[in-house]
Amino acid sequence: MQKIGVFVCWCGSNIAQTVDVQAVSDALAKEPGVVYSTNYQYMCSEAGQNLIKDAVKEYGLTGVVICSCSPRMHEATFRKAVASVGLNPYMLEVANIREQCSWIHKDKAVGTEKAIIMGRAAIAKVMLNTPLQAGESPVTKRALVIGGGIAGIQTALDIAEAGFDVDIVEKNPTIGGKMTQIDKTFPTLDCAACILTPKMVDCAQNEKIHIYSYSEVAEVKGFVGNFSVKINKKARYVDENKCTGCGECTTKCPMKNVPNEFNLGMDNRRAIYIPFAQAVPKVATIDPNYCNMLKNGKCGLCAKVCGAGAIDYKQKDQIVEEKYGAIVVATGYNPIKLDKFDEFGYSLSKDVISSLEFERLTNAAGPTSGTLLRPSDGKHPHTIVFVQCVGSRDTSGCGKPYCSKICCMYTAKHAMLTREKYPDTDVYVFYIDVRSPGKNYDEFYRRAVEQYGVHYIKGMVGKVAPRADGKILVQASDLLAGDQLHIEADLVVLAAAIEPDKTARPLATMLTASMDTNDFFTEAHAKLRPVESPTAGIFLSGACQGPKDIPDTVSQASAAAAKVIGLLVKDKLTTNPCTAQPNEMMCNGCSSCEKVCPYGAITYVDKEFRMPDRTTRVRRVASVNPAVCQGCGACTVACPSGAMDLKGFSNSQIMAEVDAICQM
Amino acid sequence: MSNVNEFKPKIVAFCCNWCSYAGADLAGTNRLSYPADVKIIRVPCSCRVNPMFILRAFQRGADGVILCGCHPGDCHYTTGNYYARRRMTLLFSMLDFLGIEKERTRVEWVSAAEGAKFAATMNDFVATVTALGENKRLEDLRCKE
Amino acid sequence: MQGMMLNRAKELLGNGTVNRVLGWQAGEFVYDITPAIFESAEELDANFVYNAFCGNNLSKYLIKETLKDGKVLVFLKPCDTYSFNQLLTEHRIDREKVYVIGIPCDGKTSGEVLKSKGMTGITGIREEGEEFVVETIYGDEKIAKADALEERCLTCKSKKHVAYDELIGEDGEVLDSHRFDMVAQLEAMTPDERFAFWRSQLSKCIRCNACRNVCPACSCEKCVFDNPNSGISQKAAADSFEENMFHIIRAFHVAGRCTDCGECSRVCPQNIPLHLLNRKFIKDINELYGDYQAGAEVGTRAPLTNFTKGDVEPSIVYHREGK
Repeated sequence: MQKIGVFVCWCGSNIAQTVDVQAVSDALAKEPGVVYSTNYQYMCSEAGQNLIKDAVKEYGLTGVVICSCSPRMHEATFRKAVASVGLNPYMLEVANIREQCSWIHKDKAVGTEKAIIMGRAAIAKVMLNTPLQAGESPVTKRALVIGGGIAGIQTALDIAEAGFDVDIVEKNPTIGGKMTQIDKTFPTLDCAACILTPKMVDCAQNEKIHIYSYSEVAEVKGFVGNFSVKINKKARYVDENKCTGCGECTTKCPMKNVPNEFNLGMDNRRAIYIPFAQAVPKVATIDPNYCNMLKNGKCGLCAKVCGAGAIDYKQKDQIVEEKYGAIVVATGYNPIKLDKFDEFGYSLSKDVISSLEFERLTNAAGPTSGTLLRPSDGKHPHTIVFVQCVGSRDTSGCGKPYCSKICCMYTAKHAMLTREKYPDTDVYVFYIDVRSPGKNYDEFYRRAVEQYGVHYIKGMVGKVAPRADGKILVQASDLLAGDQLHIEADLVVLAAAIEPDKTARPLATMLTASMDTNDFFTEAHAKLRPVESPTAGIFLSGACQGPKDIPDTVSQASAAAAKVIGLLVKDKLTTNPCTAQPNEMMCNGCSSCEKVCPYGAITYVDKEFRMPDRTTRVRRVASVNPAVCQGCGACTVACPSGAMDLKGFSNSQIMAEVDAICQM
Repeated sequence: MSNVNEFKPKIVAFCCNWCSYAGADLAGTNRLSYPADVKIIRVPCSCRVNPMFILRAFQRGADGVILCGCHPGDCHYTTGNYYARRRMTLLFSMLDFLGIEKERTRVEWVSAAEGAKFAATMNDFVATVTALGENKRLEDLRCKE
Repeated sequence: MQGMMLNRAKELLGNGTVNRVLGWQAGEFVYDITPAIFESAEELDANFVYNAFCGNNLSKYLIKETLKDGKVLVFLKPCDTYSFNQLLTEHRIDREKVYVIGIPCDGKTSGEVLKSKGMTGITGIREEGEEFVVETIYGDEKIAKADALEERCLTCKSKKHVAYDELIGEDGEVLDSHRFDMVAQLEAMTPDERFAFWRSQLSKCIRCNACRNVCPACSCEKCVFDNPNSGISQKAAADSFEENMFHIIRAFHVAGRCTDCGECSRVCPQNIPLHLLNRKFIKDINELYGDYQAGAEVGTRAPLTNFTKGDVEPSIVYHREGK
């Protein structure tokens, strides 16, 4: 037999003014099952809470109804109060007679009548409540970081610093990502390699960090705290443990004409290669598309020169399976392909280049050893045109609708550095807007204009046409002056929009993490939970979530690490007890619920059942993982037999509320 | 002044916890009034609302049932309201097919920020249902002639 | 046809491919056909029939049959194969335990239809081209199929088998037979007319549950109407709710899963056109979410467990037909 206590709050005058609280508590006292009903000025106050606690003890209440403000406000408070005196916290319901009654109705009779009905509905529901226990699931104290760029590196270092094991999976032979290709960084102009490579080395030396380079995530199973991940270690045909990184093989390999991706194909590497001098791990990799030995079994020179005996032509892809408590996505970005933009002539001339190519041309480790030379003839360019927003803020469908965020600043950097090193060069920047919010950013841009004499012209470039004499004719409009400009340039640099890495979408599917239409990962809340995916246990670091510069990326990387640490320090996770639960005896095994579950919380198991005739029968029945289920209830309606119900919001509870409301 | 015999409809409003229930709270916080005929039932998500609940409400004498959820694309559970949308579309169409006034059922997407929309929606829905009068048809569906 | 089926069934029983046969046998009258299990050649010879009265969709019986040991042979008409596939999709039938022989169907009639045409003392039926030859104690009587077919056969959706291990006879094509015309007619009425129509129809219901019991989609381990916790149980009409809502809820439960086999209307003793409720859902689904035929393929995602971000809003119901 249920013993229900009803507590009507005045909320000072907030409720009492338009609801006759005495009449409400008197009316509800007459409801079947109610053994105690009272009202008080402030139920949420300590005195009010004590009133509730005392009544629970004195009357042996099995259920409590609070008629007060919104449950979004104080449900947790009251649950805690009743739990402190031994009543299950889920044996409590709140009737929202403030926001949804006293505050919207001016007539006291009307408000009182409605408050009574709302109280009755809450009583009807609480009569059917069952004690619920928050579940627990263990946490594997190890994190996985997918992507080894600056975002992944920073996240991994921070997690390791807190004392947790962390693995980095990087698809390229070395970690470092895009930042390794950048020459200098705005707004301070320190050299990218000088600030990045020590962090790469830290990763390699930190015993808490394990780097899976040249590897990709192949499969993800499990849920927050308990992920099981298969990592495919691609065959690099070099034993990582034996290779000393001496580089002898990379000088002897006869295949000299392999386009070097590190320098964006502007020079060549060998078939066996180390991407760059500071690569981590510093281990050679054989490119199977070019290696003669792997293609037709002839050569074997690298194996002959390798003193460490590290070359292994028979190496195969290897699947490693690891368990993790948290996963951080740090898959980064790429500049878009510029072939589609005919008007900018990228495919027509070698001297129309992307900004990232410009970075390599000014980098000491680049194809020109840092001297700015035209790719076509190796001559020094005297007139350079930078074009902003190539494919960014483009709603024509050809490019991307969003602002790529970093281009304004790196273009200012390029222009400034060019003018500093080669004062005889004319530098033009065509822009739609210059966007330079950020600490010391606008100052940086203004320095380019005011101190370095870069010609900033508001207007879009209409056409870039290479001429036979090697000059590139740039036609553009100067919107402020209202002029048409024709510039004979030696070099044109296009600020290509950036887009998420191509591996992001298949990865999102594996992780059941959501993405926006541009393939950027969606955060759990745009403002309040910016580094978490809506899928529990999946965190976002860097440009995989949206265009970001290095300072923003590092901030977000550390923020993601903090969230991961916050998860990994827990020994157990408490789970929302209001989860779906199937009645196995009624389950048809039809899979309808599984199809609508957004979290993959439902699986099917073949289970043996004893039948009334004492035979056993194996039936396919649904099974809900309470650690993954978030309690939306989609499955409960999809289930044709009604076998699936939701704890805390069961069919019978909701119907009881419906009945109570419609009763009068 | 209100007439004693004036018809007061019974309206059940199912509101998802994350958007519409919060929207209703906001309407209250901003003191935006709507008729007391509306009684709200809190559900975790619009996808929790079984068509049976709606039919049950009608059978127990409700004159109108409205379901409010997060805007499509904003579901707290990412996809719940998409399923709710299909279910309710088909249910409403079936009720209409049986000759039951389709205006007695409605779906509105109300975000946590749309207190004003919540109040306006309820005012409009109550007015619509009041104009229709008492809900007899669903109860009468199988009455003997 | 019956002879060929009989021979093949005996062959498959004989060589051990199957250990029993699910088919049809006549009841007290030739037109009272019931599904039956045959375990031997003798039983088959004695009772197995296949004729124009064999409308029963046998696929639902496979749920129970495939729980048993051994393999069962089943004869499925084209429209039955859709139900078969749908049950496979829902993991209700163990495919390994069934041997399906697809058999052609030129449409079925029933004792009731023939009697309504004034025939009595029916002892048998034959098909001759576009006519049924009805054998009666007063001699043979002929009737055009068009005048004697059940409604669901007049609007047959498909003569094509979508699942089988072997076929006897020729396979046909998916048809466009205007099966939604009646639904469209109702839609074109005013709400008052529709209400009057359904009131006159549904008030005939005696809640015998035959529609539910025969429906291949209504194959739940425990039906919500029998479940005291569902809030809508109660077998007797103790509460008007169940009676009022039974057909709406049932139609909703099978929406997107109903293959439109028409068994519900065939078995209704009160001749309520229940299949029109299901067809209304199918028509809506086709119009709003794209053509979908439940059971056409195995493993498809039913429209109600699916969505697109651009789905129509429920308010479309207010705007349609301008009424």
